[in-house]
Amino acid sequence: MSDERSGDGPAQPPRRRAAPPRLGAARPGPTAPAPRRDAPVRPATTTLRRESAPAHKRERGAPVPPPPVLAEGETALPISTRGLTKRYGDLVAVDGLDLDVLPGEIFGLLGQNGAGKTTTILMLLGLTEPSHGWARVAGFDPEREPLEVKRRVGYLPDAVGFYGAMSGRGNLRYTARLNRIERREAEARIDEVLDQVGMSNRADDRVETYSRGMLQRLGIADALLKDPTVLILDEPTTAIDPIGVVEILDLLRRLTRERGLAILLSSHLLSQVQSVCDRVGIFAAGRLVGVGTVPELADQFGEADDVIEVGLEGEADPTPVLTRIPSVRSVVAPDRVGDPWLVRAERDTGTRVRIAILALAANRELALTSVREVVPSLDDIYRRALEARGLAAHGRVAA
Amino acid sequence: MSAETARAAGASTAGARRLGPGWPTIAAKEFADHVLSARFYVLLAILGVAALIPLYFAAEQIKNAASSVSGAQAVFLFLFTVGPQDISLLRVDQFVGIAAPLLGVAFAFDAINGERHEGTLPRLLSQPIHRDDVINGKFVAGLAVIALVLAAVVGVIAGFGLLRLGIVPEASEIIRIVGWYLLTVLYVALWLAFGLLLSVVISRAATSALVGLGVWLFVAVPIFGQLIVSIVGGFVAPGGGTAQDILSAASAQQFLLRLLPSTLYSEASVVLLDPSVTTVSTPTLGQYIQAQQQVPTLLSLDQSVLLVWPHIVALLALTVVCFALAYASFMRQEVRA
Repeated sequence: MSDERSGDGPAQPPRRRAAPPRLGAARPGPTAPAPRRDAPVRPATTTLRRESAPAHKRERGAPVPPPPVLAEGETALPISTRGLTKRYGDLVAVDGLDLDVLPGEIFGLLGQNGAGKTTTILMLLGLTEPSHGWARVAGFDPEREPLEVKRRVGYLPDAVGFYGAMSGRGNLRYTARLNRIERREAEARIDEVLDQVGMSNRADDRVETYSRGMLQRLGIADALLKDPTVLILDEPTTAIDPIGVVEILDLLRRLTRERGLAILLSSHLLSQVQSVCDRVGIFAAGRLVGVGTVPELADQFGEADDVIEVGLEGEADPTPVLTRIPSVRSVVAPDRVGDPWLVRAERDTGTRVRIAILALAANRELALTSVREVVPSLDDIYRRALEARGLAAHGRVAA
Repeated sequence: MSAETARAAGASTAGARRLGPGWPTIAAKEFADHVLSARFYVLLAILGVAALIPLYFAAEQIKNAASSVSGAQAVFLFLFTVGPQDISLLRVDQFVGIAAPLLGVAFAFDAINGERHEGTLPRLLSQPIHRDDVINGKFVAGLAVIALVLAAVVGVIAGFGLLRLGIVPEASEIIRIVGWYLLTVLYVALWLAFGLLLSVVISRAATSALVGLGVWLFVAVPIFGQLIVSIVGGFVAPGGGTAQDILSAASAQQFLLRLLPSTLYSEASVVLLDPSVTTVSTPTLGQYIQAQQQVPTLLSLDQSVLLVWPHIVALLALTVVCFALAYASFMRQEVRA
């Protein structure tokens, strides 16, 4: 069997919407799949393949580069897709998705309900077929070798469910059996994952007595049970209380650190995810409109100015003093007396301006109580990213 | 190529595990669920009552019959085939034939849409099993439960015969009962496959249960089934004055009735249980006269089986078609409905 199913047509530069991941040097691993080394274009074969491909694969769609062929000793990316597309009739749920998730990173897929997150995840798991393009998960094609993928990927579905009449532990035992984990090993692992998600004390109660948040925790335990190399979590923090969210996100952090697990999580709760994701992809109308770390995205989609919050004692107008600092563009008075003033400065000068403000305070020219750089929230970035791509942040873009 | 990618995927404990088929695990879990469910006990009770009521009447008849019958007629089988003369419904085989399909529908109507509703289907399918393992496992589990329940019912009837009536079955009678048992399991398997199809196609469990019950009412309950058949038959071949017309109407009716799996089952079950039944068709005039002159004989088992072989094959084919439809539509369905 060949893996080159999607290699129809001569090699053309892919129409990238998202830049390939570029992280700091601390993160080893290939940033993009290496070009195929053994790529002799054999027209006859190509034609044959195109003829034999199912009709829906031959539909319109940009040419997609072939999946990488790995050399000896090379490790596949946890998740890699090119031109991944899913159509339901006329509706394009996912449109030409190019995505790479690196080993040991938490990647956040952010988007509104209906942006195509779940469809993407289902394609990664081989639970639904892409209309075009390809995906590789842990080096396997989910379309052709779904079992290999599913052995290595822990999946927490959106609105996860368990068999209500069974206990939490019983449900996990069933999962262990489906994964052919030996009984004794399974019991040990079940205890371990239950402990990890903080469900040990309720594990023997019937699942129908669980709250939504407990189901979510049990779902994460269930996904961890098979000792996955990749974890895919669909909305892992919805329905969990704020303290629980912190615990869960801490757990995810720990997992990536201790086991080198790669995690892809989808969420529409941007602020929650901001703290835990190494990189995020902003997803709208089936397309990735921006990828990068939160600061990178802030650069790309954030405000043109750096904004600094300055808390002052008294009611004196600090504008004349503050505008003396070079690169300060404007000073905005607070709406309410006593609230901090906002100082807008040229981009990337925030730190310098902050030091200058401290210096002014040291000279007793300002009665300073606080000074803080305002980091743009992911919500702001998200809204701006959508606006930049001409997609309204409100209103559903896809069913 | 796959060896290469497997190596490239990196060392993982998962790599050491051998993957056998997934359906036995699913079947085992489903079987345990069924046996522990309230549904199981309710159906066991229904079927038990369905078997015991006619048995009560049969016992009366058999007591009379046993004393009057001379020679080795299959007396033990009377347990299954004898009832009060005026109500043919009150016979064990008829009663089980009506109640047993409920078993099939009941253990399958929510097999797939129930998983969907509980939100367990995506999680189940994300485990390293093939998608058809789910539907195969569920079918096997349902079949096993049905076989168990029916075996219990047959055991109760046979035990009743042995204890209360003091009738001991002959070997050939035991074989006939086993044959009837297998036929009944096959018939219920058809309903199980039908229930499974409903559970795949209909997204709400309550709706699929209702549809299943509706079909059961009109197909498996003879009164309703015959009603429909006589209406349709009236259009196809209205009976007239001549003998020829009456006969053609009768054969049209019979043809239509045979489209119902319940007819196939009840005809086959009568032949298997009663060695004195030598024909399943409404006889033509000539055959009827011939039959009048015939010396009543008992069929051997292989002759009985031969007589209803088409019925058995038809039932099997219907089961396969139902299951194949359920299977195919499940494989093509989106995980998210």
